[in-house]
Amino acid sequence: MKRFSCAELVESVTAYLEGDLDPAERRGFDEHVRCCTSCAHHVSTMRATVDALGGLPAEPPLPPGARARLLDAFRRARRP
Amino acid sequence: MPDREETIVRLPPDDDVIAALRAGDEATFAALLDAWSRGMLRVARSYVATREIAEEVVQDTWLAVIGAIDAFEGRSSLKTWVFRILVNTAKKRGARERRTVPWSSAFEPGRAQASEEPPPALGAPPVDRSEPLSRAVPEGEVLASEARERIWQALAELPVRQRTVIILRDVEGCTSEEVCEILDISPANQRVLLHRARTAVRGRLEDYFEAVRR
Repeated sequence: MKRFSCAELVESVTAYLEGDLDPAERRGFDEHVRCCTSCAHHVSTMRATVDALGGLPAEPPLPPGARARLLDAFRRARRP
Repeated sequence: MPDREETIVRLPPDDDVIAALRAGDEATFAALLDAWSRGMLRVARSYVATREIAEEVVQDTWLAVIGAIDAFEGRSSLKTWVFRILVNTAKKRGARERRTVPWSSAFEPGRAQASEEPPPALGAPPVDRSEPLSRAVPEGEVLASEARERIWQALAELPVRQRTVIILRDVEGCTSEEVCEILDISPANQRVLLHRARTAVRGRLEDYFEAVRR
């Protein structure tokens, strides 16, 4: 099992969340988090950050006029 | 590529969509417009200063798609191909805007101009505030508007390559493979950019998380 320092853990958090650590590294990461409250906090706030990004409100759609113009352009360009 | 806020419309397989477009099927083109344009607008906003310019970029992209669909070779998915055109169009437009618009009129006074390219004015959240805040966030927790403001701010301050990766991955839900195809970067490079971007955004939210910790 790989032993992580706090600095190494912080550097590896994205790799961990991506599933890119090998099994030994992953066990070592989990073990460190189990025993280290500040790293546990770091991982949980990182997860919360990713969730928050995913929860942003949707971008408003293309305005109806723009959408209509594009459909028109498609119609004219792809006339069989 | 899951669409986070729109109704999930199952598009037909790429081959069928491409055949339909080439045959001039308008309903298929409309379906693509409706499925992908919002994500395209968000990504375009990563490169250009205003939502209006982003709309122009997205329209230019679709016009290019209409013209190039016959030549599409299918070496990538249709969606990553469209997003590649989008990114290239947005980059060119962003560069053009920076050459012609004087800094002082385009950006907030006092914001440091130390980075090689200034952040686009991403600070303003999208106009549509009618989305229920609680919908996308689990366990009844509400993504407070303060958190969202900080996220926009943090995104605006990222270098553009980090911003684009984190928007594609974490906001739009693309896979890392899709992002590598769209941006033409290696998996290792993608992960470094994602790591740096997430670290910066997490840092901006740090004291907010502290304040809401029970």
